[in-house]
Order: sequence, then C-alpha cells, then structure tokens
Amino acid sequence: MAVTKHGEGTSRGKATARTEATARTEATAVIDRAGLDALIKTLTADGRTVIGPTVRDGAVTLAELDSADALPWGWGTELDAGHYRLVRRTDGAGFAHSSGPQSWKTFLHPQREKLWSAERGPDGALTVRDERGEQPSYAFLGVRPCDLRAIAIQDRVLAGGRFADDGYQERRRGALLIAAECTEPGATCFCVSMQGGPAADAGFDLALTEVISDLGHRFFVRVGSEEGARLLAAVPHEVADMDTEARARGGVSLARDRMGRAMPPVDLRTLLGASPESERWDDLASRCLTCGNCTMVCPTCFCTTTEEVTDLTGDHAERWQRWDSCFDLDFSYVHGGAVRTSARSRHRQWLTHKLSTWHDQFGSSGCVGCGRCVTWCPVGIDLTQEVAALAAEREGADDE
Amino acid sequence: MSELPVPYRVIGRRDETPDTVTLRIEPAGEALGPFAPGQFAMVYAFGRGEIPVSVSALLPGGHLAHTVRRVGAVSQGLCAARPGSILGLRGPYGTGWDLGQALGQDVLVVAGGIGLAPLRPLIHAALADRKAYGRISVLIGARTPDDLIFKTESLLWPTAYTGVTVDRPDRGWTGEEGLVTRLIDRARFDPAGTTAYLCGPEPMIGATARELVHRGVPAARVRVSLERNMRCATGHCGHCQLGPLLLCRDGAVVGWDQAEPLMAVREL
Repeated sequence: MAVTKHGEGTSRGKATARTEATARTEATAVIDRAGLDALIKTLTADGRTVIGPTVRDGAVTLAELDSADALPWGWGTELDAGHYRLVRRTDGAGFAHSSGPQSWKTFLHPQREKLWSAERGPDGALTVRDERGEQPSYAFLGVRPCDLRAIAIQDRVLAGGRFADDGYQERRRGALLIAAECTEPGATCFCVSMQGGPAADAGFDLALTEVISDLGHRFFVRVGSEEGARLLAAVPHEVADMDTEARARGGVSLARDRMGRAMPPVDLRTLLGASPESERWDDLASRCLTCGNCTMVCPTCFCTTTEEVTDLTGDHAERWQRWDSCFDLDFSYVHGGAVRTSARSRHRQWLTHKLSTWHDQFGSSGCVGCGRCVTWCPVGIDLTQEVAALAAEREGADDE
Repeated sequence: MSELPVPYRVIGRRDETPDTVTLRIEPAGEALGPFAPGQFAMVYAFGRGEIPVSVSALLPGGHLAHTVRRVGAVSQGLCAARPGSILGLRGPYGTGWDLGQALGQDVLVVAGGIGLAPLRPLIHAALADRKAYGRISVLIGARTPDDLIFKTESLLWPTAYTGVTVDRPDRGWTGEEGLVTRLIDRARFDPAGTTAYLCGPEPMIGATARELVHRGVPAARVRVSLERNMRCATGHCGHCQLGPLLLCRDGAVVGWDQAEPLMAVREL
C-alpha cells in the first residue's frame, strides 16, 4: 500500500468525512512517490507514451518516462531574463522547477511532421497519400497550469476553426493530461497577471499538488475527468486527509503571491492595438537579435511553414510541415520581397499578435504568462517591461 | 493543414503575356466543392510546392481556369504545364468577392495587371445576370501593352464601359496612358449606389480606393483583394496575417473600411 504514513489511526476517519463533504464538487485523493511510479507504469501498460520532466543537458526537459525515478527529484531552477540554471533543493521535490525550454507543443504540434506524399506515375498521374498515420497516445505528467491554458489556446487555433489540423487533433484527443500545480513559481513567471494559474482550473484528467512535510512526501490529487478517475482507481491511493489538502491548497495559494513578474494591469489588447507606431519598437529593435527563440519556446506560438522533398527518381515527393517564426525574414515573403524587413516590424508583429490580434483571430490572448520568452531570450528582453514601456509612452501621449 | 491536394488535369493552355499563362483544368477524379468568384485554390506543382491562385474562370462541368504569372519556383512549374499535365488542387478557400453585395447597384471593377484574373469570374457572373445590377464598368491598368491579359475577351464584354490604360505605352499604343485611377472619370456610376471590386498591386488598390471613397462610394462597398505569404490556407500556419486578419480565412477579399487602417501601417 502506498500511502500509510499519514493515513493512520483516528485521522483517517476525519479524512473520510472531509472527503465525503467535498466529493459532491470534486473527487480528491492522496498518492505518494510509489503511487506516482505506479501511475506511470499503469499508463505505460495501457499503451501510452508517458512524457514528463527530467533533467537532461543542464535543464529540466520533457522526455519519455518509464518510471518516476526519472523525474527531477531534488532539482529546482533559478531563472531571470536570459538566465536559466538548475539548482539543488534539499527537500527532494520533483515538481518545484519552473518551465523549461520545451513545452507540450513539442509533442502535440511537433517541430517537423510529414503531411503527405505524392507519386507521379508513368502517365503523369498524381497519387497523393496522407502520411500522418496513427498518432501516439500520450500521457503528459506534470503539466503546469500555464501550459494547460496554452494547450487550450492551441486547441482553438489548430482544431477550433473551420478547418482542423488532423494530426494535431488526433494527438490531442488521445492525450491524457496530468497537471502539476505550481507551488514554486519562478522569477520570470507572471501567469497570475495573465488571469491564470498557479492552480489548475480546467482541462486536466488529474491534477497533482506536491506536498512535503514531516508527514512525508506526497501528492494531493484532484480528479478532472472520468478517464482520470479510472486511472486513479488503478493505482494505490488514499482518501485525501485534511492536512495534505490544506497544505496543497495553501501552497498553491501562497504561490499566487510569489510570482516573479507581473504584466502591467492595463488592457493589453487595446494598448498593443493602438501602438503600431510607438517609438518603443525602435528601442526594442536595437536590442532584439530576431533569433526567434521566444517563438520556439512559447507554448502557444503555432506558426509553421512547408518544405517539399523529392527523391532522386523525381517521381516521389513529400510535403513536410515544420515550425516557423515570424522573426524569420522569409516569413512574410511575397514575390518581390519580404513585407516585414525591419526588426522593429517583426518584433511588433510577434508581441502585437500575442497580446492583441490573437483575440481577434482566436478569441483569447495568446500569452499565458509562463515566462519562457523572458528566460530564453539571449539578450534578456522581458515582455512585461516592454509592455510597461509601451503603456508609459501611451500615457505620456494621452497627457499631451 | 489537413486537406490533401486532389488531381486536376490541364486541358487547355494559353499564353496571356510573355510571363503569364492561363490553364484550363478539369478534375481528374473527384471535383472540389464549388468555387465562388474571388475564392482561391492552393495549386500544387509536383515536387515544387503549392501557391494560392484565385480562379480566373468558373466553367461548366466543374472545370476551372487559373491564370499564373511566372515569379517563383512553383509558378514557373505551373506555367510549364501542358495539356495532359496533372496538377494538385486544394480549396476553395477565402471569402470571395461577394457579388451579392452589389445587387441592384452599379458595379465598378478596377484591375491592375494580373489583378484582372481573380476579377474575371466576377465580371462573368455579373454579365450573366445583367438585370440584377445597374451599370457595369471595368477599368483595367497594366504596366505596358504587353502586360494586358484577356485582351480580346475584355473587348467583347457587354459592359457600360470598359477602359484600358498603360503606364508605359509602346510605339503602337493609341489608348490611354497613366494610372488606372485616370479612368474613373470615364465610367458612369452613382457613387452612393455603387459596389466596387479592386485587385492589383497594393499602391494601386490604395490610390483607387481612396479616390472612390472621396467620390462618395461607401468604404465597406469598396471590396479589395489583399496578398500575403500563404502556406496552408486553412488558418493554421500564421503566414497570411495582416493585423487582426488571417487573409486565407478573413480575406483575401475584405472591405476597404477594414483594409485602410491596416494598409496605412508600414510593414504590417
């Protein structure tokens, strides 16, 4: 049995009463590290590819897990604009790190995907074949609340319109999401000021909150779907005791007030929509390398381009889709040249799209406040500061 | 992106100008859904790639015409197609001209260069239902006489007025010279009761739209076709953004009321 340390004696009776009281609204439970391992093994036995955080190449990356041992136990992250370092933690926590360089789009919306192939027959006949094939059935372990929102945003972009990206839609339908709520926000995190996090509010099958105290290392579990309930039933778990639940909810609540950064409290959609001629873009362009890192690490950036591949016979062609970036000069190419040649116009496109025109196109902001673009910018450009500067310039202009 | 190209066979080919070709195509298997004037297809040249091309005629039997100018690898491949060649097509995509907006009104069509190609099915549709509209005028501009497309056909259109002007006349040219906006005075239309359809280079669209609005045509009734890079045509690749618009989905035809503030921003 997995969780016994804190479920013993008289407290169990109280915990049961408490669970019954809350069961009407939400099913909860407690598992320990062994329970987490059982979760991974169960998912793997069900034929799922389990993806979760693990330490690799000096960062917490997302990779296939075959046991809970691979999780980043005892690792935290030290973040700042243009700065990311792993740091040791003494408490052995497995989910006390912030967003790494990857996001779940690596799996749901992969960097390269073969879409179709075409054969040219001897008579010139064209045969086109869908090459997406069967998609993996993923289970994502440790999805941050900001990233849950990012997945919901990509759902609207790639599968919510008149046309759906079939490959994305199939991978997404097959994916099981196990969230890990935030109790240790990073210095570049600002989800709360983007009206999200650090609690997982929707879109998960199970939500875990890590609790470490003298009563042990455990996870408060909330069930978000029937699939989640079935999964929980298959692994050793205990009813949620009051202590674990209180510490879990308290830890998430405290995290809310410990965000490293905040987006200025202005109407971002209006501000960015009204600022295409702002002078701040020139200042920003003098620092921006137009490397596109921000678009690669952003969990909602979805842009792609296509590549044609032919073999030596010339009668077999393939269409590939790969990530593209609006910072790339070719991105806006129309015959005769690129529309957005200056760094100013390309950074303006990215930030205005993210915070303003995304609303027009897809009904929400494109930013979830994960802070990745701040962390992974090689020159440390911080969009919260840039927005503050745009707002100040706007305010100055309004005062005149 | 989700849709796969379906094969279409080239059944006719005509050189319009030294660098522009009209291909007449028929479905080699199943046909794509019906196209409306102003909508486009993603046209695939084997092994080279796809480009967005508006239909330049809607023909009986699900046959289509596409008029292509040789400007890049894919368009070169398409221009090299011969009767019997097989192309791949996806579509229809885009908003189309929406000729319904012009019911009972004067129709003013203004084209620059190959911009006449996407407008041709609109002209055909309006002329085929002559009584549903007021006066139909077509104003055509091109760089040189050699760049004029559909020359013979356009002379035969039973419009109230069809005018042609070129920027750089050659020695044999006896017609109008200068920008297409010069022809606006020649066409007879009631500005307040006119719907205008514009396609061509952005500066030409801007100059014409401003002139028409100045004369009293409501901005929302000046329908303009815009161009941006396009990879998927299904709203997923992000390339065709123009401010709040995804041109494959919200365009490529939009009202000038929407387009004007966007076109006023450099490098948008």
